[in-house]
Amino acid sequence: MECERCHQRPATVHVTQIVNGDKRTMRLCEECAREIQVGTMGFFPQIDFHNFLSGLLHEFGFPTGPAVVTAGARCGACGLTEERFARQGLLGCGECYRYFGPRLEPVLRRIHGNTRHMGKVPERTGGKMRLKNRLERLKAELQAAVSREEFERAAELRDRIRELEKQLQEG
Amino acid sequence: MPIKDIVSNPHSPWMDGTGPEADIVISSRVRVARNLAGLPFPHMLNQIRAEEVIRAVQAAINGREFRQKVGHMELIRMKDLTPVERQVLVEKHLISPDLLESYEHKAVAISADEVLSVMINEEDHLRLQCLLPGFQLQRAWELVSRLDDGLEATLDYAFDEKLGYLTACPTNVGTGLRASVMLHLPGLVLVDQVKSVLGTITKFGLTVRGLYGEGTEAKGNLFQVSNQITLGQTEEDIMANLVSVTRQLLAQERAAREALYRERKDQLEDRVGRAYGLLKHARMMTSEEAIRLLSDLRLGIDLGIIKNIPAPLVIELMVLTRPAFLVKVVGKELSPVERDVYRAQLIRKKLSAAQQT
Repeated sequence: MECERCHQRPATVHVTQIVNGDKRTMRLCEECAREIQVGTMGFFPQIDFHNFLSGLLHEFGFPTGPAVVTAGARCGACGLTEERFARQGLLGCGECYRYFGPRLEPVLRRIHGNTRHMGKVPERTGGKMRLKNRLERLKAELQAAVSREEFERAAELRDRIRELEKQLQEG
Repeated sequence: MPIKDIVSNPHSPWMDGTGPEADIVISSRVRVARNLAGLPFPHMLNQIRAEEVIRAVQAAINGREFRQKVGHMELIRMKDLTPVERQVLVEKHLISPDLLESYEHKAVAISADEVLSVMINEEDHLRLQCLLPGFQLQRAWELVSRLDDGLEATLDYAFDEKLGYLTACPTNVGTGLRASVMLHLPGLVLVDQVKSVLGTITKFGLTVRGLYGEGTEAKGNLFQVSNQITLGQTEEDIMANLVSVTRQLLAQERAAREALYRERKDQLEDRVGRAYGLLKHARMMTSEEAIRLLSDLRLGIDLGIIKNIPAPLVIELMVLTRPAFLVKVVGKELSPVERDVYRAQLIRKKLSAAQQT
């Protein structure tokens, strides 16, 4: 059987693509299959993560088309518009998180189930933050210990929390 | 090893077959996204500022402290590699395919042992990666974290107290961490359980995809499992979750292999024997057929049906017989038919060499 696309080489690969819910299977040669998969053909839009995210952003009220740009709908640092963000699913710079902050929060909650970083903090620039994060974790542990009625453990945790709070205040 | 040699050498340490659980966990990878403060993300950068990012990383890895802490890394711009060489880096999993798109101002830094790499100006300014053989996520995280500290000693990252490391895509913000394992799961595929088993994985905040091929139709029975959530959990939590789910998968795969060997021994031995026969004697082979047969052969080796072929060679052959690598090995452009001929020839040669030693 010959390839459905180039009609020259033998078809060796089945490529299934789902576009807007329609499933379509093609029998292709290896070369055409690869070209389609890297998206150079473009007769099907590539369904990737950003398309999905883009759809999600529309749900949260980010504009769907090239809308009239209103004040505040643009990052003051890099100039990224809400519309471009909604289309590409990519922010333009670190400051975008501040400019679009309140609108982004529900999106982040939907993606991650959470809106607060609990992980690593830069070693050189984030010294104080690291202490704060550890403090948050200890407080959560304390609560858990209390609810399990492990009072010895809770007392221990409380001491460590006080110690940390002192360190933070002293800077 | 200089990068120009890395692109000619089919072997990479992650294919070693060393490390724990290496019969099922082919490799472990940890990748983190980082951006430089005060610069727009790569898709908003003009050429001059994109070059600034490359130069800043070059300066950082040249620093004495970095070299003491992390070791030597070589930086190369994508435009200084040939198209085939660029593709080879993708096939060796040292860079992502995205680094090949409009590559004029993209670069990669790679450690001599190929364990660490830093992609520059991909979706984020920096994507730090550690790739190790076997089930070694914790170790991979330690190495990436050290690389991260080494770079951060001189580079200012875009970091927010509340949101963590800021990334171009909000799906990566927070830890910026993407940890993954590459699993060979022929047993679960053969007992027709792979879809249901892998389906449950998404309930644990993980995602799975076939390494080759689309969706759940994983050619060569190779699957990549990775975390989805990057914000609100510590790196340790993210990895502990991936580790425990992977352990479950390992147990299931082992059980499937045992059941197959117990209940369907003849069919299994026949399947492995046929794959081995074709690989040893075929004169033309597509990459799809090669990867399918190599998976069967690997299962045969793991179950002790095939004795004189080292397991790591199978993974090496999977990479070596990808289209770009083949062109690199042969040294000229190949027509599809020629490619199939060379592929079969290469496999025959490698398998008979392995048998003689």
